[in-house]
Amino acid sequence: MFSHVRWMKGATNTMRAQIEGSQAVAEAVVLCRPEVIAAYPISPQTHIVERLSRMVKQGDAGRCQYLNVESEFGALSVLIGASATGARTYTATTSQGLLFMAEAVYNAAGLGLPIVMTIANRAVGAPINIWNDHSDSMALRDAGWIQLYAETNQEAADLHIQAFRLAEELSCPVMVCMDGYILTHAYEPIDLPDQSAVDSFLPPFSPVQVLDPSEPISIGAMVGPEAFTEVKYLAHRQHVRALTLLPEIAGAFEQHFHRGSGDLYRAYRMTDADTVVIALGSVIGTIKDAVDGLRDEGIAVGCVKIGCYRPFPAMQLRAVLEGISRVIIVEKDLAVGIGGIVSADVRMALNGLPIPVHTVIAGLGGRSISAESLKQVVRDACAEHLSEPYFLDLNLRVVDEELARRHEQRRAGPLAEQLIRAVNTIGTKVV
Amino acid sequence: MLTVRIHGRGGQGVVTAAELLSTAAFADGKHALAFPSFGSERMGAPVMAFCRIDTQPIRTREAVTHPDVLIVQDPTLLHQVELFAGLSPDGYVLINSTFSLDELGIGEFLRSIPSDHVCVIPASDIGVKHMKRPIANTPLLGAFAAMTGVIALVSVQSAMRQKFTGSLGEANAAAAKDGYDYVLTCAVDERGDKHHARAN
Repeated sequence: MFSHVRWMKGATNTMRAQIEGSQAVAEAVVLCRPEVIAAYPISPQTHIVERLSRMVKQGDAGRCQYLNVESEFGALSVLIGASATGARTYTATTSQGLLFMAEAVYNAAGLGLPIVMTIANRAVGAPINIWNDHSDSMALRDAGWIQLYAETNQEAADLHIQAFRLAEELSCPVMVCMDGYILTHAYEPIDLPDQSAVDSFLPPFSPVQVLDPSEPISIGAMVGPEAFTEVKYLAHRQHVRALTLLPEIAGAFEQHFHRGSGDLYRAYRMTDADTVVIALGSVIGTIKDAVDGLRDEGIAVGCVKIGCYRPFPAMQLRAVLEGISRVIIVEKDLAVGIGGIVSADVRMALNGLPIPVHTVIAGLGGRSISAESLKQVVRDACAEHLSEPYFLDLNLRVVDEELARRHEQRRAGPLAEQLIRAVNTIGTKVV
Repeated sequence: MLTVRIHGRGGQGVVTAAELLSTAAFADGKHALAFPSFGSERMGAPVMAFCRIDTQPIRTREAVTHPDVLIVQDPTLLHQVELFAGLSPDGYVLINSTFSLDELGIGEFLRSIPSDHVCVIPASDIGVKHMKRPIANTPLLGAFAAMTGVIALVSVQSAMRQKFTGSLGEANAAAAKDGYDYVLTCAVDERGDKHHARAN
């Protein structure tokens, strides 16, 4: 624990302090006794790996080795090797870094290696943008990793402790996704457990496959058409076991640490709810405030946080949403050419039920999502005034001007540069 | 809930100011959430940071669009970005400058805000006095404690000693005390005159 931070006695077996989300995650990771960490720094993940490298260097992370590699592809490739020899492994990345490691991301899952990776969620370029949305982790949602999304920094820290246990029980890698800047750079009160409490929750890594010179095996064989489908089928079967295992782990975590964190989903004010807002990540906090405000206006609204996005808890969501009048998905991503990504999954979960699903694209590239805008969206959805997909707080003036300009001029030039001129700012005002 | 927005430039400790404010609030037994909004992550680029302080746990993650308190670390931003956007009519404004509000060209603009809610303080001078560098954030946080009364000066100082160990922590704590005293001593003067006073 950092010496310079004032720790106060928290709940049972915990210490409470006002610390940055990235620092809390680094502390939680070290409490999990990782043996190999390899990472390449990239905003907004940097504070996590800086802290980890310092802790390893100072001898505060046991026998853990930290490798400062040449790229994200190198980082995950190192961990694939290390994990295959039976080491507990960790990395963190974001945005272009995640895309650069994409080939290794699929390999880690295909080889069944229980690596834990933090995604400090950030937009994907072009245009280059360092701020938060979910484009990065959504791009790799089907790579075979389990994906957990944190609402708060407390949950982000807790999810890492759960992630190692989940990954190693299933022999499947886990991404813990936390909103870049909004969580990684936020200072808030966090309870961190002590080492003995984590040790009794998370047993030492006992791998199902190990590269060992004394008992040579090969991992990573080429598989032809005769068995590829079966390998993939079994990987899918194994992956969806998380839908049973994660609630057990979250339950055990709550019993052990006296604090609810994680799980497949969490419902808020769902009793008698008629309209339900669904989202992932830190925006749930703002949505809860909006829900309270709307309840005061007499609108029967609740919200559901999807905590585990892969595997997708379709049956569980169907059960909790059955009988309601409408669903509004607030998602920080955009599938260009179709709209929502999460929405498509929720529509599948609700297949055959007469529940309209509205897609709200929000918070792209770090645009702030306000409770006021969210409340208006719910009112509009209830009045059936919402276009599909709906882009929250879209600056229609700028869009219309640019469309008109491009209509008149074929060589209209690059879009991003033109829009920067139109709004006359970059990242310097609250929008 | 009290909402604070801090404006400055990259390298001036804007993000650190919000962090320290939240740590001070935590030391005071309150709930606090501080987070930055970076520009392009380079020295000199405009930067904002936010802090919310409450007696209840804070759930919202939205940027502070309607601040109760506005802290301006760099007066060269006054006419460049929409600094005063959303400021509450009875909000507080703290500006780091050696000029008066009228000299800064915002006297008329801020006329609607109660006069004891506005203070121009030579925070960079205080920083030079204590730290040999024009560090404005910690004197401004001392001034924040005096002007709003939301957080005790000792909590602000304790946050600084926690962040900066040894003599640097003490120097920042002393700078915060000067910022605090500056607000208290000049509070009764008529606006316009009080802002010429130097740090010592």
